[in-house]
Amino acid sequence: MADTNVSAAEHDVGLKHHFDDSGQQYESATLGMWVFLLTEIMFFGGMFGSYTVYRNLYPEAFASTSRFMNLTLGATNTAVLICSSLTMALAVRSARLGAKKKLIFFLVSTLILGIVFLSIKYVEYHEKWVDHHIPGPGFHYDLPQYYHQAQILFFLYFAMTGMHALHMIVGAGLLTTLIVMASRNRFSAQWNTPVDMIGLYWHFVDIVWIFLFPLLYLIGNH
Amino acid sequence: MSTTLPRPQIEAVNYLNVDYSWKSWLFTTDHKRIALLYLFSITAMFGIGGVFAGLMRLNLLFPDGLFQHDTYNKFFTMHGIVMVFFFLVPSIPATLGNFLIPPMIGARDLAFPRINLLSWYIYIAGAIITIVAILHGGVDTGWTFYAPFSSSYSNTHVILAAIGIFIAGFSSILTGLNFIITVHKMRAPGMTWGRLPLFVWAHYATSLIQVLGTPVIAITLVLLGFERILHAGIFDPNLGGDPVLFQHLFWFYSHPAVYIMILPGMGVVSEIVPCFSRKGAFGYEFIAASSLAIAVLGFLVWGHHLFVAGQSMYASMVFSFLSFFVAVPSAVKVFNWTATMYRGSISFETPMLYAFGFIGLFTIGGLTGLFLATLAIDVHVTDTYFVIAHFHYVMVGGMVLAYLGGVHFWFPKMTGRLYPENLARLAAVIVFVGFNLTFFPQFILGYLGMPRRYATYAAEFHTLNVFSTAGATILGVGYIMPLIYLSWAWFKGPRSPQNPWGAKGLEWEQSPTPPPTYNFDVPPVVTEPAYNYAGEVDDGGH
Amino acid sequence: MFPVQASTGAGQVDALYIFLLVVAGIMTVGIFLCIAIFAIKYRRRDPDEIPRPIHGSIPVEITWSVIPFLVMLVMFAWGTRLYFENYTPPKDTLDVYVVGKQWMWKVQYPDGTREINELHVPVGSPVKLILASEDVIHSFYIPAFRLKHDVVPGSYQTYWFQPTEPGRYHIFCAEYCGTNHSRMTGWVDVMDPASYQNWMNANAPADSMEQRGAKLFAQYGCASCHVLQTTPSPALNNLFGHPVQLANGQTVIVDESYLRTAILNPNVHPVRGYPPNVMPVFQDQINEEQLLDLMVYLKSLSSNQSAAGVNPARPAPAGKAGAKP
Repeated sequence: MADTNVSAAEHDVGLKHHFDDSGQQYESATLGMWVFLLTEIMFFGGMFGSYTVYRNLYPEAFASTSRFMNLTLGATNTAVLICSSLTMALAVRSARLGAKKKLIFFLVSTLILGIVFLSIKYVEYHEKWVDHHIPGPGFHYDLPQYYHQAQILFFLYFAMTGMHALHMIVGAGLLTTLIVMASRNRFSAQWNTPVDMIGLYWHFVDIVWIFLFPLLYLIGNH
Repeated sequence: MSTTLPRPQIEAVNYLNVDYSWKSWLFTTDHKRIALLYLFSITAMFGIGGVFAGLMRLNLLFPDGLFQHDTYNKFFTMHGIVMVFFFLVPSIPATLGNFLIPPMIGARDLAFPRINLLSWYIYIAGAIITIVAILHGGVDTGWTFYAPFSSSYSNTHVILAAIGIFIAGFSSILTGLNFIITVHKMRAPGMTWGRLPLFVWAHYATSLIQVLGTPVIAITLVLLGFERILHAGIFDPNLGGDPVLFQHLFWFYSHPAVYIMILPGMGVVSEIVPCFSRKGAFGYEFIAASSLAIAVLGFLVWGHHLFVAGQSMYASMVFSFLSFFVAVPSAVKVFNWTATMYRGSISFETPMLYAFGFIGLFTIGGLTGLFLATLAIDVHVTDTYFVIAHFHYVMVGGMVLAYLGGVHFWFPKMTGRLYPENLARLAAVIVFVGFNLTFFPQFILGYLGMPRRYATYAAEFHTLNVFSTAGATILGVGYIMPLIYLSWAWFKGPRSPQNPWGAKGLEWEQSPTPPPTYNFDVPPVVTEPAYNYAGEVDDGGH
Repeated sequence: MFPVQASTGAGQVDALYIFLLVVAGIMTVGIFLCIAIFAIKYRRRDPDEIPRPIHGSIPVEITWSVIPFLVMLVMFAWGTRLYFENYTPPKDTLDVYVVGKQWMWKVQYPDGTREINELHVPVGSPVKLILASEDVIHSFYIPAFRLKHDVVPGSYQTYWFQPTEPGRYHIFCAEYCGTNHSRMTGWVDVMDPASYQNWMNANAPADSMEQRGAKLFAQYGCASCHVLQTTPSPALNNLFGHPVQLANGQTVIVDESYLRTAILNPNVHPVRGYPPNVMPVFQDQINEEQLLDLMVYLKSLSSNQSAAGVNPARPAPAGKAGAKP
């Protein structure tokens, strides 16, 4: 699989010396990203597991907390993220076509949508702060019989959505890096692997939210 | 570039002498240099963990102890944390695995060299944070961090230690990820899965566990840390939480973790035994498949740590059954190694002595695992010195011996020098004797009823504890010897020929000793199966 | 190499242990011998010799996988049976209540006797321990009986034994619990029935656990709702051991664990038909020992439960210490 037929210019584009050819390099990157996403599934899985245990133990208490989940904002955020996955997919497509302007446009759109998501998250967290629903010394709950269980639920709520938001922030940073690289002509139709890989990451973060939203927002809200 | 005068060219350019600057080491992407960076750091952490062990055994010379109870509690906690997370988990993969997997499969480097370097820096960051936790007074929860003691009662640096371990976990994940992609994508032409060295199979299986299991301990520690700060109640029964949930989350990783620790050692033994028997591995497919079986089954048995914890008896029954099941692939390996020696041509260099030791001690350690899998016996011996003896037999008698054997076996390849053989053999024997004297009495102590994590103990346990401490001293001598003579041999040992052991394998036969930066002068093409000592013609890539 | 056998179960555990020792010994000696013999018999004589390769043998692999697995199945079955026996108490037991707390064991007998770090039991009678923790996880370990169980805060754990040998045997805490974990030890005193009876009589306090429980029941005002029904509340007679339907539709059998939650946090599992948030929350107001007293009292209100377990020499209390307004 030697790349003897590849022109010098192509060979230089992104091919690292320990790889035989760019196909091998691309496949390695892709497999690597998928394995990494597998680790992320296990990471979130611990929290989803704990949530499942407690939801089974305290179904009424958990259902009572969904009154405080802002369904409008949550649904909006879901729509925002789904759109951002669309723009990300279009960004990847643009990269593969070597269309620099479109690539940058779609990357920026994805970033903006991500920032919208985070801003709405901030609003929701602020609501929780005002309602004294942040676990810890300042926690209050209006139904005293569910006080402890609700605190556990909110703890898991913040753990899960907080971890998710953290991954979004990292994603935003990665998108910014991509935008800078794209504007410096680093990508081409021959080599655009980082766009592809970060696209996979972004889709994964989206999918985590698709699971979080019904679990946290829609219980008790039939 | 180095600013010193050029070295006289008495040796070929290799990965060691190509550049001596500190930058070329700290910013290297060469997997072999990264392996050495790990080797030094892991040795240092082993030393720290060993010091704590020494202090513990010193304390246990006296039934009423020597140190304050809180101090002793910190000793065993720090010994566990350092040894498990900073020595055992990374040891063989990050040193020997990093060094050898690319040449063994005919590749120039791992799939992601920069991520490899990143994993080392992450390891160092985790180690530094943990050392800071130690220096600021340590942790006293036991390496198992059981709640609610760790979440609501302990007054020590739990969060700092948890952060250190969390960060080190990322190092482990990245190493595993790198290995998986490398084995899938970077094999040389002709290096089919069926021709892979068993060392590679073992590391592939290990990497699967690392990648799938480590994130769970990561999130467990995150939840524990936040619970310690916020007291929301996730593990606190007074606040509606369940302390046993912590144990399930913790052991879901920590049981597979023990297979992360042992599988690479088995991979090393699978390389040493054929070499020093001059005979291909008996049952190659079965040894390879057993590595995968252990990786998969290892995820299904975590409940055997909870037999007396309040877990349902029926769940305990299922976990007991599966725990017996997971013993079968390990037994298969032991039988296959033994059968490899049958009608072989056996020689007794140091690596082979360590392999003998591994097989014997791992057999004992593994068999005592069956005692623990047996429910009614576990009720008596769990949380006693029986368990401690069991896991030290597999971890030290198994893993550490494999590590030492592997380091000796590949020392010529890594350094281009030979170590002093007779001194090394003596050290191997001292390690074996010291180890058994330290830990065999602990089986007896455990069945007699001496609980673990005891700073003071009933008088009738005194004699056996004295034996154990005596053994630990001998074991310590056995460890220090290679530290000294291997360091000496690195710089002053006689130069090694290309293949001092006459071993098969791309790393010995086609990669120079020591290797150049990209491992091969000529890209290899593989035309024969692994361990082809008899020079058989291949039947087509089986 | 063995601790003393002081219970009916101990000898059985030792027998199983010896079986495993024999099997493990045979396997270990077998492997060691094979290696030693091969190492000597097949040692390298000629530096250039290359042995004939032997790739493997599927029948051999199957044999040495299946046979050990079958032996392991024996271990599994034997161990499981013994485990179920040791953790399934017989019907009539002498119940003793143990509360673990950093760093001591508080033992309570149904007749109200209390001790710290000592457990007195008679030879020949089955004894059931009900274990509770006030703080962290401990473990109540009696090597002479080959038994232990973790003592987990927020729940009750039990195990049982029947002592066979008079004597004094160690109790060890076997789950690390902090600073003085290794000092959280005690003694089981197994006595012949006559001496045990004398000891119980000599140490009997004024109130049995049931009587203390009745007093707590009155002190905390339980009777006003549960007996007088000033507010409609679940009746407490014939409660223990019977099913109750919860508000979420689940049906549970009332046992110690359920009662514990129902008293400390009544709103966690409200009973169907009764509004939540009416019964006071007693978390942090009643400690583990008091809870056990209440438990014994509540058990006594259910006709199919004997008040204080089998106590061979002490007659049942003359009149039921029911709650009077």
